[in-house]
Amino acid sequence: MAEVLVLVEHTDGEPKKVTAELLTLARTLGEPSAVFLGGPGTYAKAKDYLAQYGAAKVYLVESEDIADHVAAPAAEVLSKLVADTSPVAVLAAATPDSREIAARTAARTDSGLIWDATALTADLTATQGIFGGSTIVSSKVTKGTPVVVVRPNSTAPEAAPSTPAETPVDITISDAAKGAKIVDRVVEAKSGRPDLTEAQVVVSGGRGLGAAEHFALVEKLADTLGAAVGASRAATDAGWYPHQNQVGQTGKTVSPQLYIAVGISGAIQHRAGMQTSKNIVAVNKDPEAPIFEFADYGIVGDLFNVVPQLTDEIQKHKAG
Amino acid sequence: MNIVVTVKQVPDTWAEKKLDASDKTVDRKSVDNVMNEMDEYGVEEALKIKEAHGGEVTVVTMGPDKAVETIRKALSMGADKAVHLSDESLHGSDALSTSAALAKVISTLSPDIVITSSEASDARGGVMGALLAERLGLPQLTQARKVTVDPGAGKVSVERLADNGYALVEASLPAVVGVVEKINQPRYPSFKGIMAAKKKPLTKLSAADAGLDAGSVGLPAAASTVLEAQPAPPRQSGTIVKDEGDGGAKVASYLAAQKLI
Ligand SMILES: Cc1cc2nc3c(=O)[nH]c(=O)nc-3n(C[C@H](O)[C@H](O)[C@H](O)COP(=O)(O)OP(=O)(O)OC[C@H]3O[C@@H](n4cnc5c(N)ncnc54)[C@H](O)[C@@H]3O)c2cc1C
Repeated sequence: MAEVLVLVEHTDGEPKKVTAELLTLARTLGEPSAVFLGGPGTYAKAKDYLAQYGAAKVYLVESEDIADHVAAPAAEVLSKLVADTSPVAVLAAATPDSREIAARTAARTDSGLIWDATALTADLTATQGIFGGSTIVSSKVTKGTPVVVVRPNSTAPEAAPSTPAETPVDITISDAAKGAKIVDRVVEAKSGRPDLTEAQVVVSGGRGLGAAEHFALVEKLADTLGAAVGASRAATDAGWYPHQNQVGQTGKTVSPQLYIAVGISGAIQHRAGMQTSKNIVAVNKDPEAPIFEFADYGIVGDLFNVVPQLTDEIQKHKAG
Repeated sequence: MNIVVTVKQVPDTWAEKKLDASDKTVDRKSVDNVMNEMDEYGVEEALKIKEAHGGEVTVVTMGPDKAVETIRKALSMGADKAVHLSDESLHGSDALSTSAALAKVISTLSPDIVITSSEASDARGGVMGALLAERLGLPQLTQARKVTVDPGAGKVSVERLADNGYALVEASLPAVVGVVEKINQPRYPSFKGIMAAKKKPLTKLSAADAGLDAGSVGLPAAASTVLEAQPAPPRQSGTIVKDEGDGGAKVASYLAAQKLI
């Protein structure tokens, strides 16, 4: 069976859930080969996970050249693997880093690129929601090796234990690819909550909260639901919440089972990042707020009354 | 500093965007078109670098004739000159061939720094910075929320947005920088700026002028194709309830009914 290259999404070796989703998807297209690119000593943390989700092979590069430079070295490795293995497709996650690596790989291998796919059939027809999800297109790569960037939460991950053959990739990263050097990493927002793009439930707060300290209401609700916390741009611009948590056109795109918008009007740029959520719940005191046009369930009311009550009721529900 | 900034004309953010029924490319005729909002941040950053270090800002765009409106806007914000790559044969180009065409034009300008924004609101690929870096063989400093240029040392560094913070990334000039919208507050064109823009140099290039091979651009050369396009099924209209003191409890019952809790 032909190989499908899956670019492993991970943080210092810790695999992200979308990796399992991509491997599951890859199994419907051919034989999944995980491509693990990371810093020295990071693979150990991913090894069992890749086996659990059915990687038949793992191509491996652990080096500072990869970890300490932006996109180009990873694209060099992936392009070499495309040339060496002639895969049916390359799958990568729709995260900022991986989409850049995917794009460069497509350019280097003279291949077509599809981004933000939410489904992919065995004949490599991709489904994408474009224009903020208002139009659904099916598209296909017509040149080279299809490079497909897939949205997190598009495929339900299914375990399929395997014993992958590990193949270190024999490559020397070119100097040209090492032009952009990462000299420091600064952690600003460590919350212990689920990753925003992968969470099954997201609770987001907007300008309606009125002050940074009122985000505690959103966090408390999020924690009773095991949810990630998001924010509108108005809230991040005001400095109430870290901008890494911004949801929308210029923030993260999320597609959880449940999205709760608290004090958010539902501007088109916000909508672009959350409207594929399965269930949208809104709390807003303005009955005319655009968010009610696409919410599945909405409460017109003051968030300072509604949200604490909701948190209590969920706690009671869980206890009862 | 020789600063190049790319801009794109796109359908207005609030316009109802569609694909053209005949060739399934973005319909740019039936809607108002504006400068991609994100690109205003790119232009602003280019102007800031010029103000801090001197030099010249050249705007580069590829697009139909009317994209000249977007060039005018950048010039009226304060850019010095512009290059407009415009040719019927470019219609339908995908991100890959667009990046190759833009790179070809940009390389003739011998820039010290090339600035792009993180994405255009029509296609939302978010890949142009990476592709230009690849095509031009320059360091890629994308997802930048802060840019510091040191022309004396020939260096540039950026704060690259990461999942839980940022990475400090350094490179030698020339380099490609892609900016996110947290980076600055774009200025509005002043009346004086608008008047001055009319006299600023604008070079219009055809595909042939730019030395582009006819087979490498446009819809026929695109490396992917749209097979089918359909309006998304409308969302079922939701239940909207006024809070009568039991709003929170009502949401909880809804969540329970949907088996979400
Ligand atoms: C280039 C560009 C990119 C952008 N990208 C993004 C993006 O990625 N994400 C994003 O979110 N926005 C983005 N925006 C901004 C977007 O246009 C809106 O300005 C923003 O989403 C508004 O945030 P908000 O809903 O929190 O604030 P507002 O629009 O001010 O809404 C606040 C809401 O809170 C309600 N409210 C107030 N008090 C209460 C209360 N006590 N109880 C209940 N409800 C209350 C109000 O009725 C109102 O509806 C972008 C804009 C541009 C130009």
